[in-house]
Amino acid sequence: MKVTEKDVAYVADLANLELTQDESTRMVADLNSILTHIDKLNELDTSNVEPLAEVISAFAEATDKGERFAYAQRDDEVHPGLSRQVALSNAPDTDGTCFRVPKVIER
Amino acid sequence: MDIHTLTIGAARKLIENREVTARAMAEAHYAQIESQDETIGSFLTLTKDRALKQAEHIDELATKGDPLPPLAGVPVGIKDVLMTRGERTTAGSRFLDKFVAPYDATAVQKLEAAGAVCLGKLNCDEFAMGSSNENSAFRPVRNPRDISRVPGGSSGGSAAAVAAGFSVATLGSDTGGSIRQPAAFCGVVGLLPTYGRVSRYGLIAFASSLDHVGPFARTVKDAATLLEVIAGRDPQDSTSADVPVGSYAAECGRDVKGLRVGIPKEYFGEGLDPEIREAIERRIDGLREAGCEIVNVTLPHTEYAIPVYYIVATAEASANLARFDGVRYTSRSPQVKTLADMYRRSRDEGFGAEVKRRILLGTYALSAGYYDAYYRKAQQVRTLLTRDFQNAFASVDAIVTPVTPTAAFKLGEKADDPVAMYLSDIYTVTANLVGVPGISIPCGNNHEGLPLGVQILGKHFDESTVLRLAHAMEQDQK
Repeated sequence: MKVTEKDVAYVADLANLELTQDESTRMVADLNSILTHIDKLNELDTSNVEPLAEVISAFAEATDKGERFAYAQRDDEVHPGLSRQVALSNAPDTDGTCFRVPKVIER
Repeated sequence: MDIHTLTIGAARKLIENREVTARAMAEAHYAQIESQDETIGSFLTLTKDRALKQAEHIDELATKGDPLPPLAGVPVGIKDVLMTRGERTTAGSRFLDKFVAPYDATAVQKLEAAGAVCLGKLNCDEFAMGSSNENSAFRPVRNPRDISRVPGGSSGGSAAAVAAGFSVATLGSDTGGSIRQPAAFCGVVGLLPTYGRVSRYGLIAFASSLDHVGPFARTVKDAATLLEVIAGRDPQDSTSADVPVGSYAAECGRDVKGLRVGIPKEYFGEGLDPEIREAIERRIDGLREAGCEIVNVTLPHTEYAIPVYYIVATAEASANLARFDGVRYTSRSPQVKTLADMYRRSRDEGFGAEVKRRILLGTYALSAGYYDAYYRKAQQVRTLLTRDFQNAFASVDAIVTPVTPTAAFKLGEKADDPVAMYLSDIYTVTANLVGVPGISIPCGNNHEGLPLGVQILGKHFDESTVLRLAHAMEQDQK
């Protein structure tokens, strides 16, 4: 067993998830079976291999001849965005100008 | 007009010649949806006002004799992970049950600008996480070819709608096979464009280094036509590439003589249904007869793709789904007293089991003490997978593989075994990890009459060769 119930509780806490006892038991079993499969990666020696986070910059560098992420740059100009009213339209609670949430700091 | 086989070209011609109005075309599709979709479950929301308004606009152009745009009056459906302004957009999640999109995804906006009529929003696995569409919070989708079976996932509704005659074409998203696998299961064409080819602006993010938007259609040429419309650099998506868009529809019908086609032995080994192997071998023989050079290639790290995928995809998902916290997106658990309570309870009530499983796995892989062992390791093996393809593409123009190890499985068959479910993506995830384009096209039926698929993968931004070969293969089976 790689993952215990305590580990699942710790990770659930990091991810802001609340799990019932049943869910927690199920997740322990599932994560263990998935991680056992993932352990297959340890068959490979990757000590001299660079990690790859995303593919487009490697391709862009080959074609742009430019600096890294040059493809993602634009002029720093102001463009119209969502209006406040539209941006707030899906919020569960607002005061008309801001998103409203339960009290953050207790005195 | 046979609503089951209608193509983009045929639909547009009917409207251009004023044999059918765009409005009547849309209404005929709605009638089909209303009579059949209770069984299939492909649509979550119908956008009738929007569709009929667009149809009337097209009919006005046609009446005046104005030139019609390329998709004039063509009924399409949109996977519910893509934003449609003013319309409910749920990502198949309880969390977004009441979410109304504040803007249009670029791919949707481009389709409508080209004259397409958006009929509605299509069911999918919750946040596009799944291979069977059983993870939809609303209802599973059934495969129109056999309703005891799944349509595949996560874009199950998009594939089923095209197969069932509900829509001439649809949009889906593909993070590890979510367009190609359901296309194979439902017997339609599904296209995965190169990473960066189609804007993801307005796509609800699952795993940002792997997510692609792409079309479903009934023919390769239709898929090519749709790609031409939705492709291209978008200032709203900094990961969209500034690479010229090809004349993809014109590729369909071009001679394939002299093209070198690679067959990777790792994709034809143990676990592949012999009927799928035979069906693909017949297509490969067809390409050989058409003058292609068939070359054996090797992609030696293939067996590591699933473990890499389920680390990378879940790690990215755990970050992307942090935004669903009860503040901005419609759902908040009632009667919470503190902020922490609000986050936890809203997420607990809003997310289904598979989404929680993936968030937990991704968070675990990124957490202190495990980052190097899992996340970094997976990224390193991702490099090895990329090198496999670079080496193979040094000697071939495209690669032919299966899409899935089996035909469509039954509802419930894999629902309790996440590893078995994940392994059904074994032939599709690598294209996402490497960022290359691919297509899934039908290649006959098995002894039970279930559709089988074949996949063609190409070089980065070389959808042209993929479509040219796919079209040749499609003609061969007729």
